[in-house]
This record gives sequence, structure tokens and C-alpha cells, in this order.
Amino acid sequence: MSLLDVTKNFQEVAKGLNDREALEEANRCLYCYDAPCIQACPTGIDIPTFIKKIATGNIKGSAQTIMLANPVGASCARVCPTEELCEGACVLNNATKPIMIGNLQRYATDWAIRNEAVLFQAGKRNGKTVAVVGGGPAGLSAARELARMGYTVTIFEAEQEAGGLNTYGIVSFRLPQPISLWEVNQVKSLGVEIKTNTKVGKDISADELLQTYDAVVLAAGMGRVPLLGIEGEELDGVYDAIEWIKETKTKPLTNKLLGKKVVVIGAGNTAIDAATCSVRLGAENVKILYRRTKEEMTAYDFEYEFAKQDGVEFRWLTAPKRIIGDENGKVTHIECVRMTLGEPAADGRRRPIPVEGSEFTMRVDAVIKAIGQTRHVDLIEQFQLAHDGGVVKVAHETYQTSNPKVFACGDIVFGKGKGEAMVVAAAQQGKQTAYAIHQFLTGGK
Amino acid sequence: MADLRINLAGIKSPNPFWLASAPPTNSGYQVQRAFEAGWGGAVWKTLGEPILNVSSRFAALHFNGQRVVGFNNIELITDRPLEANLQEMYETKKRFPDRALIASLMVEPKREKWHEIVKRVEAVGVDGLELNFGCPHGMAERGMGSASGQVPELVEKQTYWVKEVATTPVIVKLTPNITDITATAEAAVKGGADAISMINTINSLMGVDLDTWNTIPHVAGKGAHGGYCGPAVKPIALNMVAECARHPRIRVPISGIGGISTWKDAVEFILMGATGVQVCTAVMHHGFRIVEDMIEGLNHYLDEKGIASVMDLVGKCVPNYSDWGNLDLNYKVAARINQDVCIQCNKCYIACEDASHQCIDRLTDDDGKTYLKVREEDCVGCNLCSIVCPVDGAIDMVEISNDLPPMTWNERQAALQAFTNYHLK
Repeated sequence: MSLLDVTKNFQEVAKGLNDREALEEANRCLYCYDAPCIQACPTGIDIPTFIKKIATGNIKGSAQTIMLANPVGASCARVCPTEELCEGACVLNNATKPIMIGNLQRYATDWAIRNEAVLFQAGKRNGKTVAVVGGGPAGLSAARELARMGYTVTIFEAEQEAGGLNTYGIVSFRLPQPISLWEVNQVKSLGVEIKTNTKVGKDISADELLQTYDAVVLAAGMGRVPLLGIEGEELDGVYDAIEWIKETKTKPLTNKLLGKKVVVIGAGNTAIDAATCSVRLGAENVKILYRRTKEEMTAYDFEYEFAKQDGVEFRWLTAPKRIIGDENGKVTHIECVRMTLGEPAADGRRRPIPVEGSEFTMRVDAVIKAIGQTRHVDLIEQFQLAHDGGVVKVAHETYQTSNPKVFACGDIVFGKGKGEAMVVAAAQQGKQTAYAIHQFLTGGK
Repeated sequence: MADLRINLAGIKSPNPFWLASAPPTNSGYQVQRAFEAGWGGAVWKTLGEPILNVSSRFAALHFNGQRVVGFNNIELITDRPLEANLQEMYETKKRFPDRALIASLMVEPKREKWHEIVKRVEAVGVDGLELNFGCPHGMAERGMGSASGQVPELVEKQTYWVKEVATTPVIVKLTPNITDITATAEAAVKGGADAISMINTINSLMGVDLDTWNTIPHVAGKGAHGGYCGPAVKPIALNMVAECARHPRIRVPISGIGGISTWKDAVEFILMGATGVQVCTAVMHHGFRIVEDMIEGLNHYLDEKGIASVMDLVGKCVPNYSDWGNLDLNYKVAARINQDVCIQCNKCYIACEDASHQCIDRLTDDDGKTYLKVREEDCVGCNLCSIVCPVDGAIDMVEISNDLPPMTWNERQAALQAFTNYHLK
């Protein structure tokens, strides 16, 4: 595999619909009244309306309908688990086959991107200021809605670019970076200032934000992949999945993984991304090790299918026990242990138990950890917010924290069995947070 | 195998499917290809003084991604010399003696012109003549086509002139661009027509280009009305055929034309009084090969119904067609939604709510499942819900029996009048 092949491997896999396909599919939509697909969309996109607009040739209006409800609607068109959401609810499931809502959404938003369409305008300035900590889907969504309502919004973004996981954490062949950056620019075009490379708590203090702004939105997401807590984790060749993916989206692609053996620990969507990334970088063999079974896996079905098609192997009920390196500190092997499932734990999932004496060793060149993300406990505590193990406590629907002028949304409030960490859910929370702040600061006037 | 042969005023053809006088019958090459494909007859593209055509002639109406729901043209009658057409007609008839070959004719409204062309055309052995009193564009501006066809006296007179010399059956083709087509149909019959055919095309402007603001089509930036045809005109044509078929003074066979694309369309026209049908737009869209399915579909239909001959279908539904005043005011249907088939798109609900009588309720059952239900007592039986419903069998329009005897508007008015008269006396 040449470097050229590697580059090709990272181009978007799914082809967008062409004009004819989009028109035919749009015309197939029944234009249901009070359609179940709208109910099934966490952001409540008026799906029949945006599809109708495609059918009439009002593509700009279609993109507006989508992006109004979902400020990261172009990304969501690509990464949403549509068969569990809108497409799963399509009434045509009971008649023929569901409308390709995700693909039509992509068609309309791609048009807007290609045509550099300006979709929204900032509201008349009301003199109030809001700081948004974190420019991922939740933060962008909150900022977009606040700007539309006339607030002066500043986003503090630790990375070089905003967009959060859409920009850095989802593989290019599923979500190319320009899509996410277009969404960022849509928000910027409303006059939202985005201070990049600015980490709250380090480059600017929580106190300063609290003193300077009328309200603060904490939408900092989550942190790095936590430690496995096993021997050999510090070895050369052990990676953090999120960093791993980020590298493929920020640095020139290399073929250093050519012919290598890779294992990925974990079976969430990020694990799948890390695994398919590895295959596409030229790895000879990529295995996903998961201490539970397929039933407990958190990756979406379509992600799982995608990984299998890419040739990723799955090793269920397998946990890493020790990572072994050579004299140069480079990974050479991983020792694993077979697991079995015991009684359900507090989270309802059956607890994996090691099978004694089942240890075995595999030769590997790289180990990628994808066992979730750490919480921003430090940051939360700098704001002195009540939290539950790094999950900020917020009021239902208003997303107001223990400090009335601080609101939190997105992954930073995700966890402990609440909701699902979907981009689309973060977008909706951002919107709701904006409305709650509007209510809080102006009584909704 | 049913008998598909027809006999229309003495013109015989092996099946009821003829090509209408139009671009597909412009030449011997085309008509012979059509006969090879199985067409039972063809009305040759209208003969007359060769004309000059413009470039950019056709346009179509596309609807929701479906192409050619409607079609229009500003092409005129034949642009080829009469001699060439006659020679090819002769050769075509010789090669396909069993097919109906009809010459469409259009000349100035002068007796000697009609006599001359009738004689020349009949000399090559055609099975019949069709007088084109319908073309709505171009020729009409020269006093021919629909300009003649809109004036009953001219229809009658010209038909009469043709009949003075014609030895083959004469079909008069009527224009729909008229308030009451039975007026011109009757005039044709008075003039001696052996049959009538309808409809010719309807005056139309296909569209306007949103960017250039040119008409569609346009000729160097200018447009003129064209003749509209294709699937979208079928209901208009079917009504005109039926109106003529049920008219007591129009007792001649009808050749049905207008939006016929399939054997099903043909059956409808035949049931409503057409002895055969003529097709153009469907061929312009798909080619001559569509006739195979038309023949086969009609055959299977007749076999399934146990009908020996297609001629047995002719006019069978005409007695069912009447005036509004003869409809039973006490007949009632109501919508019923079949819950096991309904996919809950709510299209019936919003259609009824916004555009009809607000009699569909969105309800939730004990298990929290939503469903739609018609309040039958409030339903007027308009059919709108069943029309917008995308799933076959989800909504039935069921007859609601009542104890009232049939009562039409005319009967009601007559009864009221009798009552009034009685009390005034």
C-alpha cells in the first residue's frame, strides 16, 4: 500500500446523492403530517419540510430548515445513527423502505457548503454577553442560538480549531474536517468570536469568565482516554484512540503502520474509528479486544458493520492484562485474559469476570486504548460546580448548574446512565441551554 | 385469446390500437416500423400543402420527478411533398394489407381543394380518411385545423364536401378547444361523417424558464401556444368521448384519443364509447414497442372477464354516465381506515382537517398507541382521504346503507314543482 492509497483511504467513504438520486428520493417522501421522523430526531428537524424543499428545488431553504434545528446538521447527516432515529421512525418502514433522510440531509447541506450559502443572521444586539467554554457541537449550538437572539458570544476553544470531536475525533472517511469547519464558520458568521488555543483554567481563569460575562456555558466535553491501569502502558506504541484519530485529521498521513499488527482496547464508536483508521493506514491485522460481548458493545450497529467490512477482527470477552515491550521500550506483545459475564452491575450491564488461567499472549506492534474518556474534574471544580464524579449536575431541561449563571451541556453532563453521547443530542442540549440562558437573562423577551 | 379485431365504421384492424396522426406517423419508414411492432392501424401525419416548421417544437410537463406527464408541440402538418407521402402510403399498405391505414387531411376550407385531395389519397388505397379539424396552432391562423373545427357550420360543410367524393369511411377529428364538443360532433354527423375521433390537442403554454424568462419552448425568444396532450389530458378526453357517446343525435362510432398510454386507458375509452383508440405521446416517450403490452394486457383482461371480443366492450359504461341532476342524493359512502394496513403518515388527517370536513380523529388507545379514526356520521364521503393515502387498502370508502329511497336532484325538483302546482291551484 502506497502513501497515495493511504490518502485515498481517508477520503469520505459514502458518496453523496447526485441530483437525480436526491430528487427521486425526495419525491418518494410522503410528506407526512406531524411526522414520526421529526419526533425521532433529537433536534426536531422538520424533516418532511426539508425534503419537500429538495423536491421543489429550494435547496437553500432545505439547508436552512436543517441547520436552523441543528447547527451541526451537516455533520449529523454523516454521523447520526439514522436507522435508530429518523429513518427508523419513517412510516415507510411499514410499506416499502424508509426514506434516506441522512443522505438527503447531506445533499442539502453539501449544497449549502458548496455554494457558500449564508443561512442565518445575528439578532439585534441586546447588550448581554455569554462565554461558551468549548467549541464542540454543544458549545457551537448554544453560541449559534444565542447569537441569533442578539447575545454577544465568545467561545473559548482549547484546540487550534473549534468543532470538537467533529473536527478532531471522528475519522475523515466518515466526517471530513471541512464539513465541521464549515459549521464553525456558520457560527462565526453570526459575529460569534472564537478564541482558539485558549484553554479555560490555564490561559484564562474560570473566575474571570464568571466576572466578565453575564452567563457561562460549560461545554468542554470530555478529556483523554483514561489509563488502563496495567503494566506496560507507558511503552512506545501505546496510543490514546482520540489522539490517534486526531493525528490523522491534523498531520500528514504516513504509512508507518504498513504491515503492522494493531489491537484496539474497547468497543465504542471511537474504538471502531481507531480500528478502521489503522486498517486504512495499512495495518496488516487489526483486532478489537472487548471484555464484554457484542450485546454490551456501545458502538452503533452500522459502525460495527463498517468495521467488519474493513476487515477488523473482534475478540469478545477478552481483556488486556499486560503490555510487553522490548529492550528499546517498544511494544512487542500483549497479554490478555479471557472473561466471562457475571451478574449485572449497578449500570445494568453484566460485569465481566476474568477466567482464571486463560491468559494468552499476542504479538502486536501497537495498542490503541479506546475505553472511554476522562472527565474534566479540574475545570468543573474551578467553576465550583456540583458534580457527580466529573459529570456536572444540571437542572433538567434548563441545563443550569449549581451556579445559576453557569449552564452546562454536551458530553460534560453526559454519563451516569443519562442519555446517549450523540452529536445530535449535544446539539439539542446546546439549543436548549441557549433558550434557558435567554429566559434567565431577559425573561425570554 | 380474445378477439381484438375492431370494425370502426367499416374500417377494420387486427387490434384497437392505432397511432394517431402525429410525428410518429410522419413517414413510411416509421409507420412500417410501427406495424412491425404490432400496431393495428395508423393515421398518417396530416397531409396538405407542405408547410414550413419552426425549430424547437416540443415541450413537456414533468411532475415530482416523473417525466412527460403532459406534452405539447408547435409542429404543424406534414412538411413533405404530397407525392412522397402518397408513394410511401401505397408501399406501406401493400406491405401490411391487414392494418388500417388512414389518411389525415387538412386543406383550405374550399370544396375543390377537399375534392382534389380526397381523390388523390384514396387512389393509393387507404382504408379511410380523417379530417383534421383540430390542430390548434399555426394551421388555425390560416383558417384551417381548429379554426374550422370550432365553427359547427364549417365542420358540417367541409365534411359534406368530403363525403361528396369519398369512397372510404370518413372520420372527423374534433378539437377540444370548444365549450361543448357535442355541438361540433353533431355538425360532423349532419355533414355525413361516418365516425368521429377526439380529442385533438388542447391550447397550452408549457411553461416559463425561471432564469431566462423565455417561454418553454421558445423560438428565438418568442413563444406561441401549442397543443397539449399526454397522460394529463386523459380525463378531459374521456369526458368528451363519453359526452358524445351518450348524445342521442351522435350515433357514429368514436375513435378515442387523448392521454392513452396503456391497455387500461384503452379499456376505459372503449367502455365509454370508443370503438378503438389512437396513441401518440406514449410512443413519443417510449417508442413503438409499447404496443406489445397494450395488446397482451387487453387480451388478458378480456380473457379474465370472459369476454370474447373487444367489440363487446364498446360503450358498456355509457349508460352509467349522466348529468349531475340524475345522481342519487341519498346514496352515501364513508371512509373507513383499516388499522392493520395504515402506516400513520397522517396525510388523510391533515387533508380532511384542512381541506374537507374535519372528521378524522387522531386517537391513542389504552396501550398508548396512536391511531386514526373516521367519525362516520360526519364524513360526507368526499374520497379525499383515500385519494391522498399512499397505501393501497388502508382506507376503504364503504357504502352506508340507509332507509331512504333513491332521490335525484331532478326528481326532487320535479316533486317540489308538483307540490307547488297542486297548492297554487
